[in-house]
Amino acid sequence: MLELKNVSFAVDADLGDREIIRDVSLTVPAGRLIAVTGPNGGGKSTLAKLIAGIEKPTEGRIVFLGEDITDKSVTERARLGISFAFQQPVRFKGIRVMDLIRIAAGKEITVADACAYLSAVGLCARDYIGREVNASLSGGELKRIEIATVLARGATLSVFDEPEAGIDLWSFRNLIEVFESMRAEVKDSSIIVISHQERILSIADEIVVLKDGAVDRHGPREEILPALIGTPSAVPECRPAEIASERRVFGQ
Amino acid sequence: MIKLDEIQKRILREVADLHEVPEGAFNIRSDGHSVGRQSTANIEILPKTDVSGLEIRIRPGTKNESVHIPVVMTKSGLKEVVYNDFFIGEGADVLIVAGCGIDNCGTADSEHDGIHRFYVGRGAKVKYVEKHYGSGDGKGKRILNPGTEVYQEEDSVVEMEMVQIKGVDDTERTTLATLKAGAKLLVRERLMTHGEQRAISKYDVRLNGDGASADVVSRSVARDDSFQKFDAKIAGNAPCSGHTECDSIIMDRGRILAVPGLEANDLDAALVHEAAIGKIAGDQIVKLMTLGLTESEAEEQIINGFLK
Repeated sequence: MLELKNVSFAVDADLGDREIIRDVSLTVPAGRLIAVTGPNGGGKSTLAKLIAGIEKPTEGRIVFLGEDITDKSVTERARLGISFAFQQPVRFKGIRVMDLIRIAAGKEITVADACAYLSAVGLCARDYIGREVNASLSGGELKRIEIATVLARGATLSVFDEPEAGIDLWSFRNLIEVFESMRAEVKDSSIIVISHQERILSIADEIVVLKDGAVDRHGPREEILPALIGTPSAVPECRPAEIASERRVFGQ
Repeated sequence: MIKLDEIQKRILREVADLHEVPEGAFNIRSDGHSVGRQSTANIEILPKTDVSGLEIRIRPGTKNESVHIPVVMTKSGLKEVVYNDFFIGEGADVLIVAGCGIDNCGTADSEHDGIHRFYVGRGAKVKYVEKHYGSGDGKGKRILNPGTEVYQEEDSVVEMEMVQIKGVDDTERTTLATLKAGAKLLVRERLMTHGEQRAISKYDVRLNGDGASADVVSRSVARDDSFQKFDAKIAGNAPCSGHTECDSIIMDRGRILAVPGLEANDLDAALVHEAAIGKIAGDQIVKLMTLGLTESEAEEQIINGFLK
């Protein structure tokens, strides 16, 4: 479905070019969930942005569904079926949650449809549908709305940049259900998730470890995960304090 | 029954959301003359005798009634100053819709300066909506200089919505308000300028009574080579609370000058000013592009939402 061929990405630094992605070649087959992990600063977010078209590679080609998309814009890639959930969701004054979901869906949708997406990410739809996507929403709420917009897109390839970061009380189980329902809804669709969370890595079909801008390891989960457990590339799902507060909220 | 031509109807739709002659009290002014007027049992509209304009008297206790006083100008080169005085009785609760649309296809400038004075009785509630609109492709400018004065008695509430989105070349708006104890003023201004337009908006709000409050919020967009100045002053002369906010987007070569002014003359006056001016955040455009919009569609969505 997606193929990165010898992709490199460099930025102008004070002392010559600094390479953030170095000669990455990667194939994402249809119908797979690929988790990308690795140390901080290893180039994971940049890789996601290169796929979405927010950054353009300095070298190499990107092929999506047989078409070379290296020179295509963010909009063109979106229309071809690539969806992207930001690590830090953007706020908009005046644009309501309903508006954003409608834009994501690319067509007129009913309030009931929009509510279904919000419910899927664990938000009480009635409370959110008319709200502005502005600073009055918490980081966790924004993060879930961001995921809801990706759901509404129904894309062939969805890229999530650390979707679990900041989702506070929302359980991992829900996030995993979201991934599963996305795969079920769009036939042969694939998901790329950037994450350190062991729980997310443990549902991936394949794991890619990115280190210093290059692919360090890539293979089926069964092969890659055991060696990662206990390292910063695969941390347990929640800190104990978070689990405790979650239990209080859900009355357990 | 009044007859309106298509241009008049279109302008009325833009400035007053009117599709036909309104219900309730109204006066429609077109090219310098009243073309229709209606008073109701509780709302009396009388023409002034000394100057051009109207005297609008709303009886105490009048509830859920509306007054529409739209102005339409379709002749090039017309200049007028109109004085409208509103006397709103104690405890009344009314909607007042004003607005001016100029269609100038000619070469001479057209100008309408509407001076509105509101005397708001104790405990009365007024919602005032004023929309400005300009159209026509003539070289003549479309000029609007509205002056608004608001005198609020104790515990009265005035909510003003001022909108100018398109087509007015030059505008200088001044709003003066004085508030007695417990009175409340809310202003929501939305402004978009383009081309070579120039818009100046000045507020002078005086909170004179215990517990008076004012909230003046402007959201604006300056595109092309246009210029805007937002000059909002709130004086707290008693224990009171005041807030002004100027939130603006600049595009192309647009320029905006925001001049905050707070004057606390009482120890218990709590006054806040906020101002932010900047171009559309790049990540907002990118986010909408990842949802399939083009860059210009994304900008349009952002501006539309911002000015909603």
